[in-house]
Amino acid sequence: MNGSEIFFECLRREHVDYIFGYPGGALLKVYETLYDVKDIRHILVRHEQGATHMAEGYARATGKPGIVLVTSGPGATNTVTGITNAYMDSSPMVVFTGQVPSNLIGNDAFQEADIVGITRPITKHNFLVKDVKDLAMTIRKAFFLATSGRPGPVLVDLPKDVMNSECVFHWPEHVEIRGFKPTIKPHENQVRKAAKIIAKAKRPLLYVGGGVIASEATAELRKLARELNIPVTMTLQGLGAIEGDDPLSLGMLGMHGTYWANQAVNNCDLLISVGARFDDRVTGKTETFATHAYKIHNDIDPTNIDKNVTVDLPVVGDAKAFLKGILKDLPKTREDHSAWLGQIDGWRKQCPLCYSIDDTSLKTEFVIEEVSRQTDGRAVVTTDVGQHQMWTTQYYKFKNPRSILTSGGLGTMGYGLPAAIGATFGVHDRPNVLFCGDGGFMMNIQELVTAVYYKLPLKIFLLNNSFLGMVRQWQELFHQEKYSFTDLDQSNPDFVRVVEAFGCKALRAETPEQAREAIEKALAYNDGPFFVEFRVIKKDMVFPMVPAGASISDMLLDRLNPKTMV
Amino acid sequence: MKHIISVLVENKFGTLNRVAAMFSARGFNLESISIGETEDTEISRMTIVTRGDDRIINQILKQLNRLIDTIKVIDLTNQPHISRELLLMTLKLSKSTQHEIFELINVFKGKVVDIKQKSITIEVVGSPDKINTTIDMFRSFGIKEIARSGTVALNRGEH
Repeated sequence: MNGSEIFFECLRREHVDYIFGYPGGALLKVYETLYDVKDIRHILVRHEQGATHMAEGYARATGKPGIVLVTSGPGATNTVTGITNAYMDSSPMVVFTGQVPSNLIGNDAFQEADIVGITRPITKHNFLVKDVKDLAMTIRKAFFLATSGRPGPVLVDLPKDVMNSECVFHWPEHVEIRGFKPTIKPHENQVRKAAKIIAKAKRPLLYVGGGVIASEATAELRKLARELNIPVTMTLQGLGAIEGDDPLSLGMLGMHGTYWANQAVNNCDLLISVGARFDDRVTGKTETFATHAYKIHNDIDPTNIDKNVTVDLPVVGDAKAFLKGILKDLPKTREDHSAWLGQIDGWRKQCPLCYSIDDTSLKTEFVIEEVSRQTDGRAVVTTDVGQHQMWTTQYYKFKNPRSILTSGGLGTMGYGLPAAIGATFGVHDRPNVLFCGDGGFMMNIQELVTAVYYKLPLKIFLLNNSFLGMVRQWQELFHQEKYSFTDLDQSNPDFVRVVEAFGCKALRAETPEQAREAIEKALAYNDGPFFVEFRVIKKDMVFPMVPAGASISDMLLDRLNPKTMV
Repeated sequence: MKHIISVLVENKFGTLNRVAAMFSARGFNLESISIGETEDTEISRMTIVTRGDDRIINQILKQLNRLIDTIKVIDLTNQPHISRELLLMTLKLSKSTQHEIFELINVFKGKVVDIKQKSITIEVVGSPDKINTTIDMFRSFGIKEIARSGTVALNRGEH
């Protein structure tokens, strides 16, 4: 077999069903072989960044690694943002890049880039294949690394001559990397100790993140929360770990978290962190974060422990294994948490999430809440980055895990559309919905072609306020209302016409009534993507808000608009 | 506090870059780093000298472990160990100073590795502290050039 044939044979062995890719000179042989490959679907993107976000959207929605195939040089460098995004959010991804022939590497050859050097700090690991004999083992290792322990992106660089060379195919059944031995099973004594402490706590709080979703541990988490009546607050990536409308769900915590979730953090006597990393958007000022609480921290990555916040009981290991262990080791005695839950309910009533609305204008909050209602919280929701992203966390009541696909760590505008496309390839039994702002939509709008061409039943909901809304919010609150280069009113295109030109169904909604109808139509349409532009008001802000670097007890609840209940 | 960390790594291209890049990306101090093959040609030993409080050193050790190409990470600081550094130093030489220079070389158990009419290159091996002292003591003669190897270290054998 030649290198290209070995390549596809390896992907088959790894059960790959989709590749998101774009051909080019260094990959000609690979694409020649691909021409006759029938059992792996290649999705042609329109920009390599789109391919990476699609692969990540697919990975987060399905739990399987996302696969990217791009050419050398610019094809490879265009993947950098998407790889970084996957690295920050711990998404399993394997990126294959073409490379100039081995004998030209280092010569500044045409379309040469040192992509292995460039991506070293943004991949879990990366490889340059120098000999076709190493190809199968390298691919095996790449998949193993991407999906084991804390997931992440792995890059494999494929020189053109390697893909042309012949060798006997041998699939390594066994793979071992001596420098990579993640702790999956947590230390028994630590788990037993944690179980005892959890059973005794008077005001416990579960703080859960993407690790619970990645390890498919929601059943265990929900069981623990319900058995002991422990309230649960989730990070951006943890949403869906417990149903958003469950009385024990406090919603998201942190900068744009709910008032009652942050109050619960400040007042709990035990904080049980599972698969979360004490990110600065969660903790605010670390010195004042959960100061009254004994802290248990379960994480599969030991570097996350004591990185931002020092904890009392670290438990390294897989979230599912940890939660199973806790459930097994729980003492029979139970503390009554009704007073604690009552206190939290008081905070919930004191400062509920709210917005005002009238019949003639639209707000993003309303649109998201309406979509949540019409989909019963069961859609796979992808967001872009900014205000609409935070409102999604507040007003979409996620019922299931793997339901929010969003750029958390890196905050990549332009992530939304391609990630939603990737998710729509992977998930067919639930509606796929994208919430996107007018800024981010323009950043990868070319991928609309991909959605149209493959007739993907994706609902694209554009929340158009003609502003870079989140930046505008900060400018209004902290930068003397100097709206420096955030007003897009004069430069935005007519989105409905643009989208129609791509061959996509498109509607515009300007009132709540129109919005309701448009959402219904979009959700009922399954012959391809359906786009709705919601013309939402400009001057709207996401509250509550913890200013950057402040304590999470210092929340801005609502500074300009009168507080009104819906 | 100063720490000496010994790291066994895969002897592959790019490994040194991975380690050094991790230090710079995370803002860790990197005082010296030296690397060479071990008795097993597939494995190299890196000796890293760094500074930080306990929390930072802990992070450094964990971040080093997290790299796929690191096989073993040992903080030698608080266990019996031997650390050495090699100094090559070229000094100005004149009739009036040569006697004193040769005496000092003897004090530091150094070696003359090259000598010309107006310059002399010496070699001194020792702990990083001794190397610092050596340099200080020779400074008045006029140092033309210095090359230091960085620290290499091993823990003391068990038997």
